[in-house]
Amino acid sequence: MHSKSRFLQISLPAEIILHVVFWIITLLCLLPLWAVIAISLSNDEAMRQVGYRLIPVKFSTKSYEFVLSQGIAVARAYGITIFVTLVGTLLCVAVVSMYAYVLFRKDFKYRKFFTFFGFFTMLINAGLVPWYIVCVNVLHLKNTIFALILPYVMNMWYVLIFRTYLSMSLPDSIIESAKIDGAGEFTIFFRIVVPLVKPGLATIALFAAIMYWNDWWLPFMLIENEELYNLQYLMYRVQQKIQYLAEIASKLAMSPSIPPDIPAESARMAMAVFGIGPIILAYPFFQRYFVKGLTIGAIKG
Amino acid sequence: MQNNQRTYRSEFFKELDKNFPLFVMALPGVILLIAFSYLPLFGLIIAFKDVHYDVGILKSPWVGFKNFEFLFKTPDAFVITRNTLLYNFAFIVFGNLAAIATAIALSEMRARFMAKFYQSVMFLPYFLSWVVVAYMAFAFLSVDLGILNTLVLPKLGIEPIAWYVEPKPWPVIIILANLWKYTGYNAVIYLAAITGIDPEYYEAALIDGATKWQQIRHITFPLLSPLVVVLVLLGIGRIFYADFGLFYQLPMNSGALYDVTNVIDTYVYRTLMGMNDIGMASAASFYQSIMGFILVLTSNLIVRRLDPEKALF
Repeated sequence: MHSKSRFLQISLPAEIILHVVFWIITLLCLLPLWAVIAISLSNDEAMRQVGYRLIPVKFSTKSYEFVLSQGIAVARAYGITIFVTLVGTLLCVAVVSMYAYVLFRKDFKYRKFFTFFGFFTMLINAGLVPWYIVCVNVLHLKNTIFALILPYVMNMWYVLIFRTYLSMSLPDSIIESAKIDGAGEFTIFFRIVVPLVKPGLATIALFAAIMYWNDWWLPFMLIENEELYNLQYLMYRVQQKIQYLAEIASKLAMSPSIPPDIPAESARMAMAVFGIGPIILAYPFFQRYFVKGLTIGAIKG
Repeated sequence: MQNNQRTYRSEFFKELDKNFPLFVMALPGVILLIAFSYLPLFGLIIAFKDVHYDVGILKSPWVGFKNFEFLFKTPDAFVITRNTLLYNFAFIVFGNLAAIATAIALSEMRARFMAKFYQSVMFLPYFLSWVVVAYMAFAFLSVDLGILNTLVLPKLGIEPIAWYVEPKPWPVIIILANLWKYTGYNAVIYLAAITGIDPEYYEAALIDGATKWQQIRHITFPLLSPLVVVLVLLGIGRIFYADFGLFYQLPMNSGALYDVTNVIDTYVYRTLMGMNDIGMASAASFYQSIMGFILVLTSNLIVRRLDPEKALF
């Protein structure tokens, strides 16, 4: 960002007003997160008397003890999410970067064909029904771990972003001179290109990692086996189940809507905190790379 | 003719021989594109068939436009089209306005450190999944325990609202949720464009005695406008597609709210999975694909006229 000091600056009152406005926005961005944490740290029975509060009602960590005592399900979902994120990100970066590199090689005759082959899929999307039928009946992905990985591996948007990155940071002459020195294509790609474009690879990796970490759509569509639930989907099911319990109970007109030994309300939010956890910790780091990636995208779409 | 074909083929094999490693590098991408994008395209014919699972899709009888007739006779067809278009329209207008305002404000702010801080905080919601956002919304909107009903509304003297069965507030909630999640992200795109503006424009304006507001109006706005046009047109190209998570997770799939939360994507899902009506679902899916295709082509055509650099193809 260039320094504005040489130019006319906005007036002090304007600056103050902006800060006030942005502090309000900051609070609005953080408040929901804070609310979830405060509720998760409340005593369930006390909270059911007064409702959710922004300050923990009778501070208690019981909800976390409860969620952790459900151990296996949560731990397994965490394991699935971590595995899928690692493997998926790795595959996505490999497939996307190689495809983008092929599109980047101006001396490659079929470059235009492969560009169109990818582009076409961005123009027309068959929609959910055919996609679902192919996944289930042709590829037999239902209830397999591959269902959580494969559909997201190839992403034409990422290919375009990475191709732009390549054309901005790799002079053609490097590849020519490597060729003259007798290097094979794979040697050129892995030994010369990859080390030179690490920041670009990192950007794609972060985009992919967020996508895999936050995914609930693929299990929603393709997973019925509880052992394959990932974290986001488990959270979704918990939210549903507690609601369901509450509905049944209120229909029977029983006063405590849920058996007292389950700190349902706070446990629900504790579940959300578990789901948010790692993302929040890693996000300041992610954000830097995202901004770089978006900036590249904005310079040349 | 035959001769020609032979030379094409031999040229292909020559190229295959010469650049074999490049073909290999593209192969995984090609296979995945075929599996998840090209194979489903053949499935578009399902919309014209009366699918009987026992004989399979290919052998099921053709029914022409029957599925479409049934779809457009339902009141749903109108509701989902209206909702999808109006919400996306609102997202394009408010989303871009909010992002532009945020970007200009952040770029003009003197306290650079604070500007960075605000930018980081506003980016945070982008990293949260819709499932998490739905939990957060529930903390405020829960009927018996939610912060709005137990803390805020009583103080304002308003009766508690049954948020998940009362459709009226939802258009506002959905638009706000969309702004909340994506404004920080979109602002960065505009911020990048503002940062790219040549400082000399501002220096010249300063010499001419332009006020800050005049600088924003006569330099920043006009130089941003091509990017605005492009982003708006790309948004229009996707106007038949909705953010499934926003419309399914946030209202918690509440049936009472379908009139204001059902969009084409959620309708297709519900008709396929809930009602198992593959005919209607694939008709709606086909309708969405074709309208989407037409709009992508048109908007890209316009983008290319305005700024060939920004065009998708």
